[in-house]
Amino acid sequence: MTNASDSATIELRNVNKWYGDFHVLRDINMQVGRGEKVVICGPSGSGKSTLIRCINRLEEHQEGDIIVNGVELTQNVKNIDEVRRHVGMVFQNFNLFPHLTVLDNLVLAPNLVNSVPRQDAENLAMELLERVRIPEQANKYPGQLSGGQQQRVAIARSLMMKPEVMLFDEPTSALDPEMISEVLDVMGELADDGMTMICVTHEMGFAKQVADLVVFMADGEVVEAAPPTEFFTNAQNPRTQQFLKQILSH
Amino acid sequence: MTSHHLISNAQTGASAARPAPVAASGLVHWARHNLFDGIHNTIFTLLCCALLIATVPDLFRWAIWDAAWTSANGADACKATTGACWAVVQEKYRLMLFGTYPYEQHWRGALVVLILGGMSIVSGFRIFWTKWLLVAWGGAWVAIFVLQLGGVFGLVSTPTHLWGGLPLTLLIFFGTVIGGLPVAILLALGRQSNLPIIKALCIGFVEMVRGVPLVTVLFMAALIFPLFVPESMTPDKFVRALIGMLMFFAAYAADIFRGGLQAIPRGQYEAAEALGLPYWQKTTRIILPQTLRIVLPALMNDIIRAFKNTTFIAIIGLFDILGATKSALEDPIWVSYGTEAYLFVIALYFVVCFSMSKYSVSLERDLNKGNVR
Repeated sequence: MTNASDSATIELRNVNKWYGDFHVLRDINMQVGRGEKVVICGPSGSGKSTLIRCINRLEEHQEGDIIVNGVELTQNVKNIDEVRRHVGMVFQNFNLFPHLTVLDNLVLAPNLVNSVPRQDAENLAMELLERVRIPEQANKYPGQLSGGQQQRVAIARSLMMKPEVMLFDEPTSALDPEMISEVLDVMGELADDGMTMICVTHEMGFAKQVADLVVFMADGEVVEAAPPTEFFTNAQNPRTQQFLKQILSH
Repeated sequence: MTSHHLISNAQTGASAARPAPVAASGLVHWARHNLFDGIHNTIFTLLCCALLIATVPDLFRWAIWDAAWTSANGADACKATTGACWAVVQEKYRLMLFGTYPYEQHWRGALVVLILGGMSIVSGFRIFWTKWLLVAWGGAWVAIFVLQLGGVFGLVSTPTHLWGGLPLTLLIFFGTVIGGLPVAILLALGRQSNLPIIKALCIGFVEMVRGVPLVTVLFMAALIFPLFVPESMTPDKFVRALIGMLMFFAAYAADIFRGGLQAIPRGQYEAAEALGLPYWQKTTRIILPQTLRIVLPALMNDIIRAFKNTTFIAIIGLFDILGATKSALEDPIWVSYGTEAYLFVIALYFVVCFSMSKYSVSLERDLNKGNVR
């Protein structure tokens, strides 16, 4: 595990962001190395979702630098497109395209953005659906699937673009309890394959198993960042201890 | 655990799943339930029956039994009866359907109507929604303009001021909708733009056109516009009327689309952006298809209204089917049989509008099939 910034895939330097007068991200400094997994947790409103949404520019930061794969995120639309091509994102509410079948959800972006011929894209799509264990749903519409199935389709859809980094924004928060593990399993396999991942999640079991680094955020700042063994057994900051006590007590 | 006796209890196990009970049905059951359910309901049913008995036979006698059907002896048959004079339709239908279009060339207008009607029916089936349909429409429009304008392939030239009747009504209608929808979509998208100038222009256009009656838009197009523009640069009256109708339709439809766009969840934009789709691909592949589903009922309502609004072009001197009928009835022999002639036109309007309405409902159902949320 290297933390030298020159080999980092994602680098955030002194990132600050405001919503109006509300200072939502404060002096964020973070590096994520290639193939490493970072789990971000924290109470709601702590800015953790905002932070990862800045990494593919769904949100704009006002101060500091965000560099993804050597490309700096600025107003430059070309840079934004370049970054988005290499960064996949999975949302809390899946955000599948309801008017398209599962297969078309997967084929659309590589076909349009990277000009992958339809047949090739379909082959890759079936391969990925196999990987997330729902190839039999390929011709259904998202509305006909369960939440867990939809989220697995969403993960497969992101993988279609062959991203180097995957961002997960509370991927299991909208799921019924019995469906959480099927999504976490897929994420775990992805991690085993060496994908660079940043996950905002409250699934502490997942963090313990998969994360190289656990980051705790509160009120827009990074309060604590440590490898999971240390984070869960020896948290330094009282707010982290308080948060862990609440989240692990039941 | 507690000293008092536990009252809460749930029994485990159940019989095997079985079908839902069948609701009672049949004509007698329906009538008892809906027509004779209680004293008030029964009285109302009987009153309605009495009203129907009092009116339907008379209507039948007027419209069918006593009606004069043939104009072989002019209006004589009509004068001889107290029934309806359908002979007026037989006598005047060419004038009503084609207006001032040269009599010997009416077949061309009829072909135009057939092409438009046929293409519309074909376009209604989703299995034909391919790029070939667009090619077919392109060919259809070439054929329509060749037929309607003439002047080529040995066809007598019939410039737009000779156009009239049903072909004119349909051309204005199709032109309004086909031209107006893209304008409406662009206006709605422009209203969401981050560029203040585009946003202001779109809002300004919609509010200005919506703020005035259609009649004034048409008067502007027909009468005032030529005052400011030199004659050589003034497009002809048909084109000016079409542009006026199109602008009016687009302004209303733009606001329908705006409502639809607002109903698309933010997550759809974000998912498309996160996948790297550029603006136009995001808009045409993700946002607009979903918007169209949402706005379909309201949009169809506006399209049907656009069809009926074509009658307004009569006031600037273009003879659509209603205007042509009105002038056909200026014939002193037939002048008193307007009711029957107008009923014929009403029936035509109703068939078209009702078909569109029915089609809209079936399309809605069809499009929502895969979309159970």
